[in-house]
Amino acid sequence: VSTLGRELAAINEPSRRSMVEDLEAHTRASGVTLFGLQDRRQGIVHVVGPEQGLSQPGMIIVCGDSHTATHGAVGALAFGIGASEVAHVLATQALWQSKAKNMRVSVDGVLAPGVHAKDVILAIIAKIGAGGGSGHVIEYAGSTIRSLSIEGRLTVCNMSIEAGARAGMVAPDDTTYQYLTGRPYAPKGADWDKALAAWRTLPSQDDAQFDREAHLDAAEITPMVTWGTSPAAAAPITDLVPDPAAASDANSRQAMQAALDYMGLRPGSPLSEIAVNRVFIGSCTNSRIEDLRAAAKIADGRHAVVPAMVVPGSGLVKAQAEAEGLDRIFRRAGFEWREPGCSMCVGMNGDLVAPGDRCASTSNRNFVGRQGKGARTHLVSPTMAVAAAVTGKLTDVRQLMRP
Amino acid sequence: MEPFKPLAAVAAPLPLPNVDTDQIIPARFLWRKRPDGWGHLLFHDLRFDDKGAPKPLFVLNRPEYSAARILVAERNFGCGSSREHAVWALHDYGIRCVVAPSFGDIFFNNCMQNGLLPVQLPAQSVAGLIEALQQAPGLQLGVDLEQQCVSGPDGVTHAFAIDPFRKECLLAGADEVAFTLGLAAKIEAFEQSYERELSWL
Ligand code: SF4
Repeated sequence: VSTLGRELAAINEPSRRSMVEDLEAHTRASGVTLFGLQDRRQGIVHVVGPEQGLSQPGMIIVCGDSHTATHGAVGALAFGIGASEVAHVLATQALWQSKAKNMRVSVDGVLAPGVHAKDVILAIIAKIGAGGGSGHVIEYAGSTIRSLSIEGRLTVCNMSIEAGARAGMVAPDDTTYQYLTGRPYAPKGADWDKALAAWRTLPSQDDAQFDREAHLDAAEITPMVTWGTSPAAAAPITDLVPDPAAASDANSRQAMQAALDYMGLRPGSPLSEIAVNRVFIGSCTNSRIEDLRAAAKIADGRHAVVPAMVVPGSGLVKAQAEAEGLDRIFRRAGFEWREPGCSMCVGMNGDLVAPGDRCASTSNRNFVGRQGKGARTHLVSPTMAVAAAVTGKLTDVRQLMRP
Repeated sequence: MEPFKPLAAVAAPLPLPNVDTDQIIPARFLWRKRPDGWGHLLFHDLRFDDKGAPKPLFVLNRPEYSAARILVAERNFGCGSSREHAVWALHDYGIRCVVAPSFGDIFFNNCMQNGLLPVQLPAQSVAGLIEALQQAPGLQLGVDLEQQCVSGPDGVTHAFAIDPFRKECLLAGADEVAFTLGLAAKIEAFEQSYERELSWL
């Protein structure tokens, strides 16, 4: 579905249009609620679920999408499954699972100004690796995670799969309960009290044992960018492009060289000198209202020097941003303001990065060809994306911050 | 699903870590339907150049591997997106077994749903197999699910572990939905107690 308009007829490829039509017809026939294209609640499933209060602590949530761990931010066990498994769930209400191992990733301390949830999760993945969480469910813990808003936690949990973990979660706390209060599908009245009592029993005990543990110090996390074709290829913006010669073994050396070749980068050159030709702010990682507020604050009064677009995660995020005047700030700064959707996160809906072009993107995957054939992706936070848009190169956003 | 039978076939080495499902099947093809056939799109951008001509150096384009039905890959194979199309592409191409030190979890489960066996072996064993396959292109490996072992060209066998339930399903080519529906009464009972306990849902 394009983010240029909301008209079904605008999808001019018949087999794609029929996918949307089938969805509408089948949900209607089977009595499933659909937030369709004309519904202002429509958007990316991982934005809409929490926003509507559909995702709640203690729930088991599955979805035919690998970023389902996002919903773990409210204390749910949420993971992605394949199409056959979705069919199995719809047919039987059940799913065969073997028990996952537990991993706890603790981040403690205070984040410096200009450092956001996206930088935290990129730093975590850089540390534990793209397969570092394989076979595990990650619990994100520690004072830094506790002090994140639900939006920030959603960003962190969203990228669990990029560390190989199918699920990632944060124990529910008062921030969670406050976030859920009054949301359309959250429990109300006496039900709320009952739910709350049950939710309060969910967090891990202090002496809980984990199969694996990892620790990060928040003070050491800086604005991050990726330089390669795996989300684990992330480094502080102040670093240099790494040298494959320094890799530990021949296989990693080869993989790193292939990544640099694809990305068109020279070892040893500063990451902050990499020129970009596009900027994308959106996706289920970073398209919520807080992301847009933070981005607008940096964009205000500046001007994008490369094509840049902002794609809200849902119709309600879009409406909220417009009520706050964020769309005007972005438009004045030369950013495109689109209808909600996945857009340039994935090269399958018309929003593409051209072959060889380089995009600073707030999405979650910098895989080869992810944003279009031959496209080069640098994953960044929303404020870092704005910094790239207004300078035309990867830039440390801390240099643009105003008191 | 077709039952998994003992396999003796040419194995192709793919010594790249973190081969994601976007590489196995690029997103731009995903609007196609299952019966359309997916084998010709497998590893599309690794396998073909911009004009659609086969890249001669890519392993599956080399004549020695044209009969490959086994893939020996590196760690974290099939990471990334949940797209089952990645498994469809491997399956339709003719691959029946992927051997690797580790897999993307969702990809691993998707394999099981399509009669494709993901075999997890220690990194050292995989490295040894890859080296042997590279030195003598076109070598065959044996895969016996019943016995849970892979036999290498040197006659060495590598035992692997697999969840017993998954093993039975693969060997029988079982229809998982039909099997689970046989447990409908239990599922129903669970649902009722669940709804009583979590009455706000
Ligand atoms: S925004 Fe991107 S990663 Fe998220 S659901 Fe959409 S396509 Fe998938």
